Amino acid sequence: MNVAKSKTEKSKVVTFLTHNPLFNFGKENLGILIGLLLLSLILTIFSPVFLSKHNILNVLRQVATNLYIACAMTMVIILGGIDLSVGSTIAMSGVVTGGLIAFDGQSIVVAVLAGLFVGLVVGAFNGFLISRTTIPPFIVTLSTMNIMRGASYVYTGGQPIRVMSDSFNFIGAGYVRGIPVPIIYLVIIVIISVLIMSKSKLGRHIYAVGGNPVAARFSGIKNNRVLFFAYLFSGLMAAVAGIVLASRMFSGQPTAGQGAEMDAIAAVVLGGTSMSGGVGKIGGTVIGALIIGILSNGLNLLGISSFWQYIVKGIVILIAVYVDFLKKRKEGTN
Amino acid sequence: MSENILLKMNHIRKEFPGVLALKDVSFELKAGEVHALLGENGAGKSTLIKILGGIYSSDAGEIVINGQVATIDKVQDAQTHGISVIHQELVLVPHMTVAENIYLGREPTKRGSRFVDFKKMNRDAKEILDPFNLDFKPTDLVSNLTIAQQQMVEIIKALSFNARILVMDEPTSSLSEKDVDFLFDNIRKLKKANVGIIYISHRMSELMQIADRITVIRDGEYIGTRSSNETNNDELIAMMVGRQLTNYYTRTFGNPQEKVLEVKNLNAGSFLKDISFHLNSGEILGFAGLVGAGRSELMKCIFGIDPITSGEIYVENEMVTIKNPLEATKLGIALVPESRKSEALFPEQSVQYNITIKSLDEFIKGIRVNHSKEGAITREYVEKMDVRTPSFNQLVGKLSGGNQQKVVVGRWLATKPKILIFDEPTRGVDVGAKAEIYSIMNDLVKEGVAIIMISSELPEVINMSDRVVVMSNGRITGCLPREDLTQEKIMHYATQFVFT
Ligand SMILES: Nc1ncnc2c1ncn2[C@@H]1O[C@H](COP(=O)(O)OP(=O)(O)OP(=O)(O)O)[C@@H](O)[C@H]1O
Ligand SMILES: [Mg+2]
Repeated sequence: MNVAKSKTEKSKVVTFLTHNPLFNFGKENLGILIGLLLLSLILTIFSPVFLSKHNILNVLRQVATNLYIACAMTMVIILGGIDLSVGSTIAMSGVVTGGLIAFDGQSIVVAVLAGLFVGLVVGAFNGFLISRTTIPPFIVTLSTMNIMRGASYVYTGGQPIRVMSDSFNFIGAGYVRGIPVPIIYLVIIVIISVLIMSKSKLGRHIYAVGGNPVAARFSGIKNNRVLFFAYLFSGLMAAVAGIVLASRMFSGQPTAGQGAEMDAIAAVVLGGTSMSGGVGKIGGTVIGALIIGILSNGLNLLGISSFWQYIVKGIVILIAVYVDFLKKRKEGTN
Repeated sequence: MSENILLKMNHIRKEFPGVLALKDVSFELKAGEVHALLGENGAGKSTLIKILGGIYSSDAGEIVINGQVATIDKVQDAQTHGISVIHQELVLVPHMTVAENIYLGREPTKRGSRFVDFKKMNRDAKEILDPFNLDFKPTDLVSNLTIAQQQMVEIIKALSFNARILVMDEPTSSLSEKDVDFLFDNIRKLKKANVGIIYISHRMSELMQIADRITVIRDGEYIGTRSSNETNNDELIAMMVGRQLTNYYTRTFGNPQEKVLEVKNLNAGSFLKDISFHLNSGEILGFAGLVGAGRSELMKCIFGIDPITSGEIYVENEMVTIKNPLEATKLGIALVPESRKSEALFPEQSVQYNITIKSLDEFIKGIRVNHSKEGAITREYVEKMDVRTPSFNQLVGKLSGGNQQKVVVGRWLATKPKILIFDEPTRGVDVGAKAEIYSIMNDLVKEGVAIIMISSELPEVINMSDRVVVMSNGRITGCLPREDLTQEKIMHYATQFVFT
């Protein structure tokens, strides 16, 4: 008993520090933060344009769409699942939005809402099957991934749908006070995700269901609702990314978003989220996505071919995950 | 006893980040002896064992086996030195069969090939299982076994290695009296075969029965070694906790008041048959029975985890249907589950998270988290349960087993339930903390809370309960008032439907 009491004084200091989000963020992500800084430093030295405002906005714009998906993917992976369908949902929501404007003459608002709805439907479908059956998320979303890719080809006949509308283009390529709109969405989405994960009951329930589903059930958590939410959110985020991409390219393309799920997963894993579920943070994912974005940007600036870029990306992911493994082993978690 | 020293662990030291688990502990084991390790929760027993078993490496000290210094860096090293360990937390693979688990990593193969010979494996497994008279088969899936049955699989698996040093970290914590006797018979056989056995348990009576010598450690330090026929409970407890412990069982029996829970003619699955009983506020209703009698299954039905096929449940005289644990919680029912590892803990999360996960409503409104309230709830139950942890942010998976149990109990107490179901509440908890839990239970019933306590430790059931329901083979076979509580009577009803 006396042990516990003498600890309370000390724990006040500890509580203060651990409730300081910045302190925690730095401590938890020390490794990849250093990686990110080193990477930026090297690029600053070797490429004069790297630190220019134009280039930074460019990187952020590219990072943005990946991060919309990666934020939701973080939740999905913490829940011990995976969502492979986001790439083709990007395509489907893009072509539906584009099609409604170009073919049906619908207003942009209606078209965008319809595009978002596509994402919600895919997410709800995944979420329903995953929360109500024992079919693994990998299989469920592998199926929807194929279905959605096929559906976007069928809908478009394989051709991009051109949308020559400036106001539609504004959604993904416009600026507000000099800031590209996709970055504004990004900030909003990251803030919402962080709030969900670190402040809300839902967030704690996500960690519980991912960490030990049986114990979560015993604790009165409705596991299937939590799972359903995560996949629904994932579908919605994919749709946002799809609409932004379509708007930026003046067209809904059935080939859009190919491999997007892999970039999102890479960002999540780089950010320290465990594929076995139960642990992970949005903050880490943000850094992970930045590393991936800056890496491709830097390799472009240095004139390295995109063929080599894949190889470099693969190696970087492996190194990051391996370092994390070494760190965990040293801490003695078995 | 021969003076043949099998094992010496000299001046072992082990530090985890922020925790000095072992300062300087020495230990020796002779062939043919049962040497018990005794200490409070978090004293460092499991850590010492894990160092011997190759799971952790020590920071200082040496291990000497048969007079030669041994390096044990990984689990295989321990095996080659003839060491076999049953760890505190079960490590069976749930979706494999009993036989597959026993022969994991050393499966018999078909002659001249690398294919597993499942026939032979099941036959061999049957051969080692048979003498134990168990009610499961080599081909049963481990996930379908009860915790106690799984524990027996662990024990049998460890025995099957023909080890010369056998380590058991709380092997009996989920076994009932009968299984324990049975285990002890086997331990005695092993002693005759000159195997050295390291035995960890918080059940003092067991140590006196089975151990030849007892070594006490406290806060990672060696306190002393006694031969079991020259010492007694009081001396050992004093060595363990560093002070005299009075009042082991605190219980002021009052007058139980009105009925808060009644179960009528409940049937569930193919096992639970015609269960009827009631529970009053302000009483502790013990549930005794052999392992596998259906006590935990019954509680899971009441708590809404498993469905019932027929029957009625009344809470405060109103008929209810409880479809899930959330509804149960809303009715004021709490269940501290049987297995902390699989049913209760979030090992990758902090002590604070684990204690408060059921009380989120009290300090989270939307996205506003009242951190000081959260901290206050945590502090209240850390102190109440005397959880030994370096901070509230320590991951629960890094606490010692007994301290994990205290966290789980704390989580449920924090929901301030009216009906509290404890399934083996003191499992793996040291004597001091046990006394603490008993006194908390006593306080709760004084406040009018109704408690159901499933326990396989008969002394605990007898000393704490107002009444005891005895179950056997999925049925209630008896209900004894406090005046009639004796071990013999309970065992009589507990074996009613068991034919062996
Ligand atoms: N992996 C780990 N990381 C950090 N601390 C640890 C780790 N494992 C154990 N500890 C700490 O080391 C101390 C000793 O723990 P250990 O598990 O050896 O106790 P024990 O004597 O077996 O207790 P119990 O009776 O509760 O099982 C405890 O304070 C525990 O919190
Ligand atoms: Mg232990």
